[in-house]
Amino acid sequence: MSNNPEFVKFDKVDKSYDGKVLVVKDLQLDIAEGEFITMLGPSGSGKTTCLMMLAGFETPTNGEILLDGNIISNIPPHKRGIGMVFQNYALFPHMTVYENLAFPLRVRKMEKDEIDKKVDKALSMVSLNGFETRMPGQLSGGQQQRVAVARALVFDPAVVLMDEPLGALDKNLRESMQYEIKHIHESIGVTVVYVTHDQSEALTMSNRIAVFNDGKVQQLSNPSELYEKPVNSFVAEFIGENNTFNGEVSDISGDECKVKLSNGEIIASAISVKSKGEKTTVSLRPERALIEPSEKMDNMFSGKIEEVIYHGDHTRVRINLLGNPEFILKVPNSTSNLELKVKQDIKIGWNSSDARALDPK
Amino acid sequence: MSSETKQILTTDGIPLEVSLKKAEKKNKIKAFLLVAPLLLFLFITYVFPIGEMFTRSVDDRMVTNMLPKTFKAMESWDGKELPPEEVFTAFYSDFKFLVENETQGKLGQRLNKEKNGFNTITKKLMRLIKRNKIDESQSIKEQIMKIHKRWANVEYWQAIKRTAPPYTMAKYLKGMDMYFAADGSIAQVDEDRRIHRILWLRTLEIALFVTIFCFLMGYPIAHLLATLPMKYSNLLMICVLLPFWTSLLVRTASWMILLQTQGVVNDFFVLIGLVADDNRPTMMYNKVGTYVAMTQILLPFMVLPLYSVMKTISPSLMRAGKSLGGTPFVAFWKVYFPLTIPGIGAGCLLVFILAIGYYITPALVGGASGTLISNQIAYHMKATLDWSFASAMGLMLLSGVLVIYWIYNKLVGVDNIKLG
Repeated sequence: MSNNPEFVKFDKVDKSYDGKVLVVKDLQLDIAEGEFITMLGPSGSGKTTCLMMLAGFETPTNGEILLDGNIISNIPPHKRGIGMVFQNYALFPHMTVYENLAFPLRVRKMEKDEIDKKVDKALSMVSLNGFETRMPGQLSGGQQQRVAVARALVFDPAVVLMDEPLGALDKNLRESMQYEIKHIHESIGVTVVYVTHDQSEALTMSNRIAVFNDGKVQQLSNPSELYEKPVNSFVAEFIGENNTFNGEVSDISGDECKVKLSNGEIIASAISVKSKGEKTTVSLRPERALIEPSEKMDNMFSGKIEEVIYHGDHTRVRINLLGNPEFILKVPNSTSNLELKVKQDIKIGWNSSDARALDPK
Repeated sequence: MSSETKQILTTDGIPLEVSLKKAEKKNKIKAFLLVAPLLLFLFITYVFPIGEMFTRSVDDRMVTNMLPKTFKAMESWDGKELPPEEVFTAFYSDFKFLVENETQGKLGQRLNKEKNGFNTITKKLMRLIKRNKIDESQSIKEQIMKIHKRWANVEYWQAIKRTAPPYTMAKYLKGMDMYFAADGSIAQVDEDRRIHRILWLRTLEIALFVTIFCFLMGYPIAHLLATLPMKYSNLLMICVLLPFWTSLLVRTASWMILLQTQGVVNDFFVLIGLVADDNRPTMMYNKVGTYVAMTQILLPFMVLPLYSVMKTISPSLMRAGKSLGGTPFVAFWKVYFPLTIPGIGAGCLLVFILAIGYYITPALVGGASGTLISNQIAYHMKATLDWSFASAMGLMLLSGVLVIYWIYNKLVGVDNIKLG
């Protein structure tokens, strides 16, 4: 699928609005052709700015953006041929659905019957045939969203940008739209750059995710790697749930290290620690720690249950472990459920390969 | 509606609709009482004066009341030849009564307006009556006809008869430079005396151009206001509103200082060598002055509705237009502009209606060629004291505005107006 691995290229891009603060710092990012890449990050992390620079509504303060090998920093937005889906859909309220979709084709001076054909095809792609004469105001949020997606795709752009397109939808609709957009992407193979602050959205839809924070890409990798192997504590914290221990490296040998906590010592994989005496934050996914493990694990501790919260498909257990009263465990609600009671002492175990010693928080 | 819907009852068995009405009645009364003072105020200051204006504009009862017997006697007169003896006798007795009360002067003036020459002959008649020179035992007709040859002219008696109806449309005709001719038909006044028609057209022209100027200048300002960041747009908004908070007279007077022949603007033109010192252009006491001053004064009325509409247009719409391949102009023309039409409509209507009735500014800077119909109305209110004519013109202006509003509604639709 990926024909050109550098279809879109951010080359050392800086962006500042006021000349004092850099919103985007030295961004280096390659996007392959046909890829679905998500820019994920908290608000103010610079992800939307990157998208706007790619669309042409903002100019980079320094550096270049290349599209298919051509520098596009000086090309105005309307000549870039990049489709865009906006946060609030940005459908033209005074035009019908048909006119909205025909707009990009009409400004390209296409023939009437060709426009009809393309609009029809785009509408059937989002299963909205028969809605041509409706005004946007007469559509539900989900339908408006689909019209916006169809409009961004109708003129066959090489790249489609989506700026938190599902932010205004309710949870169920959002999930079904996630699959729909993903399927559209798979069927037509267009390059999609998607911006969101919703990590589950990013994880379900993307080929690769770029996690933004503080104007920088913290990690760029596929969803599973991002979740399983975060490279720093921001990513570990931002993606999914996370248990952390703050301590100091007391011994390091190869991939493994020992981390001394205030009341105990754990074994973890050394990811971003290099030497003894470094401060570190150890991150551990809640589902990787087991209660009363049957097999031998290299980290085995006992803690006291503080709280048991029923969540339907799983139960969350909050445990006071090694001086951390916020240690969370997820226990699947299967038939062989353990008796979990508050104030009970239980044994917890995990493998050192799942505990990652990252930069200190 | 399909078949009969079953009446829904409340739990107490009262029909739901009745119960709902009862529950809402209290709120309705409360709402009415809240607006009642305003309604009363509007009635006293708006509906009543307009009604009063209308009555005044068509009121012609003065002569009717002064010559009751004459008009009664005239009922049987065909109006073609000189009236019979009874009409003269009745007129004599009416007129004598007026002379005794010393109010015959008003009649003379009023009749003189109807036909020139009445003033002289009523005065002559008055003097004879005062000296008791009319012998009531003889034929009154013969004696009156002897006083002046005009009394023997049937046209003068026709003129008296024309004033008989208590109501007249003459003032409205006068407003359009027309009058009732001797035979009762509508005629135009001489071409060189058609002043009102010129004024109406000039008023329309100035209102139209002021609206266009306001639109051309207000649209970019409103757009800037709506798109600039808050700290700049607030400052700009104050600049737009500042004239609003200054007295109209002060503003107009400032324009006089700026625009007069030895004024600031002319001095500047001379300074930069645009015009010669002895050939300064006249920018005041003509249309130029009226345009400049009125455009500046009415500009906020254009900017504010436009701004309130533009504020609601998401900037992402323009971006969407551009990202879909529209040049900035296409994006503006096809996306932004159509969305601002409600604001344009409101602003233009507001400015046009205000401009068409504008008074102070044209009165001060307009001069002879820059005065408008409202100045003429004021003139008749204050100088000639012809209030009925002033009322008639005022109502003509009002109905003109209503007609414009109606046409506007047909073209744009009032629902599409957004005043803010």
